[in-house]
Amino acid sequence: MYRYDEFDAAFVADRVSAFRDQVSRRLSGDMTEEQFRPHRLMNGLYLQLHAYMLRVAVPYGTLNARQMHKLAHIARVYDKGFGHFTTRQNIQYNWPALSDVPAILDELASVEMHAIQTSGNCIRNVTADHFAGAAADEIEDPRPYAEILRQWSSIHPEFTFLPRKFKIAVNGADWDRAAIQVHDIGYQIVRNEAGEVGFAVYVGGGLGRTPMIARKLRDFLPKADLLAYTQAIVRVYNLEGRRDNKYKARIKILVHEKGVDPMREAVEAEFAAASREFISLPASEIARIKSYFAPPALQARAACDAYEARRQTDPRFAAFAANNVHPHRVAGHGVVTISLKPIGGVPGDATAAQMDAVADLAARYGHDEIRVSHEQNLVLPHVALDDLPAIYDELAANGLATANAGLISDIIACPGLDYCALATARSIPIAQRISERFGEGERARDIGELKIKISGCINACGHHHVGHIGILGLERKGVETYQITLGGSGDETCSLGTLTGPGFSSEEVVDAIERIVNVYMSVRTDRSEDFLAAYRRVGMQPFKEALYETSKGADI
Amino acid sequence: MALWKNGAFVDDAWREIAEGEDPPPAGHVILPLDWWEQERDAFEGSNAPLGLRVAPGVPIERFARDINRFALIELVFPKFGDGRAFSMARLLRERHGFRGELRATGDVLIDQIQMMARCGFDTFQISDATTERLLRERGAPAYKRFYQPGATPEAPVDSRPWARRPG
Ligand code: SF4
Repeated sequence: MYRYDEFDAAFVADRVSAFRDQVSRRLSGDMTEEQFRPHRLMNGLYLQLHAYMLRVAVPYGTLNARQMHKLAHIARVYDKGFGHFTTRQNIQYNWPALSDVPAILDELASVEMHAIQTSGNCIRNVTADHFAGAAADEIEDPRPYAEILRQWSSIHPEFTFLPRKFKIAVNGADWDRAAIQVHDIGYQIVRNEAGEVGFAVYVGGGLGRTPMIARKLRDFLPKADLLAYTQAIVRVYNLEGRRDNKYKARIKILVHEKGVDPMREAVEAEFAAASREFISLPASEIARIKSYFAPPALQARAACDAYEARRQTDPRFAAFAANNVHPHRVAGHGVVTISLKPIGGVPGDATAAQMDAVADLAARYGHDEIRVSHEQNLVLPHVALDDLPAIYDELAANGLATANAGLISDIIACPGLDYCALATARSIPIAQRISERFGEGERARDIGELKIKISGCINACGHHHVGHIGILGLERKGVETYQITLGGSGDETCSLGTLTGPGFSSEEVVDAIERIVNVYMSVRTDRSEDFLAAYRRVGMQPFKEALYETSKGADI
Repeated sequence: MALWKNGAFVDDAWREIAEGEDPPPAGHVILPLDWWEQERDAFEGSNAPLGLRVAPGVPIERFARDINRFALIELVFPKFGDGRAFSMARLLRERHGFRGELRATGDVLIDQIQMMARCGFDTFQISDATTERLLRERGAPAYKRFYQPGATPEAPVDSRPWARRPG
């Protein structure tokens, strides 16, 4: 992974010391909350319902063991013993004291981490495929490009006061695990007809109140032009994006209102006119950054006796291996997803002890690499299958062996009314109840891949629009009500979910989900047709009938 | 109101023209763009130094042909969060070759001054009392490491084409 040099370390240290000064001015009353606000937002500090929340950047979701131990330490010393991994591959602490924040930032800096640009209307943490560098279907590791973008966008003098926040994602595999089409800019690594590797460029995707799928601006952008083209897009947005209404300020609205062709013309004209002098990427520099991300030297292993033996004799282990282990590009290895979705638990939460356990496993068996996925799970990307029994036992001992990666109980949920000041309904308790209903056992495995995503208000932080089943919590006359959408997807077949009809009460919603699942089970051709495929084939009608006619019947 | 330039408060030789006021022939006045567009013929042949005030969101193409007529261009930050003038400043300097005084006005706060300078501004009209006090007490923040080339005197750092330090 990328290592800071002196320059990078000093950059962060300068920012921390400035923030320390600002915090002391705030605490002494020399600065009002209003004056302090832009400073704390620059440093990832939000004011939540009950307390400050600190959001720490995990660039493109990559961590080493030392960093994960530090995150555990911070949770233990400065918070209530846990942290919350987010859909932006970051970690949030929900209870830091303001006076401790500079010390926390110092601790982070000591392991090459920070909280810069995790809030505010700037270019946020650049995200990437959480299986980057390990998955079998990859053209190239997206992380070197995400790192280049991260550096270039850090405290960018021109682009720190954009109309709204700006999110960039980079994906390097055929399967889009980074959901690039719901980002402000999505870069998909592609190979052109001449065999050169570059980027397809998508712009203007996003969820929130007005969900939109990104439009393609370019089929192929040479690598050298990555920064120049990004600058062109962001500059057009900075100058032309709406600033009269916060809810219409994202670039997706600009693309929508301007039209994709005029947008492309404006970006291409800006790109053509701008000097390339300092931001054209020399191949040597790309190679230098890439060398930081060189994959570990793994030996292909033909036979995995220990792994096979355990799989034969331990059905729970076999279930874990089937659900939570993804093929690695090197034979005899796997990419292991550690679910942060224990049955009935809070999606994305991890205790300090759990973080320490994962860090130890990464150091011992995982070539010192950990990933945070946007699905709020952790990943050990490089694991020899023969080590999996030992890893599994250790995970199980720490309550981390839930075998539900990708299954119905692997739910994304935003913080909702339990933490968030903007929420209109609770989302975590709904996730907990669905998870309890379906579990991780035989039934969940039989249902197969099914992504449920829950948001506690129309801001859609739980990405419900791209859930195979999406749940949106609203408030109607003082009562929580939950709308359901079907058929959303954030991958390369990106689509937004369709509303089933009227919403359901908190009491009804889990039954409604069960009815939807039962329809799927009855219409699918066989187990190989997953929920999304079946929905796309049969459409909304059978689900609608089951949801509303049955409930009408029950009411009479 | 105080004018910050090169690390100190200085006297302001310029004056904003009020609505309906006739500009003095000696110049050193800042004209709103609309005003200039209506009255430009009146300045035909005059060498009086003129300034131009441009609101955010105005395309630079609208006045690009007149840029060299102005000794000063003033760009407005209606709120500190409205960052359009950052891009406008860069375009004026880098694309249109404007070499005169580029002035930031409006909600100009202490923590934005260095960023503004790096986008090409060289004078800053300060109306925020806290900013003025802090500038008098300790000057503007002067970070020394950047991940982008800027308009202030800067030197490359290493093989990264985008990294800079003052120099
Ligand atoms: S979706 Fe709404 S409730 Fe959930 S975190 Fe976002 S703003 Fe808060």
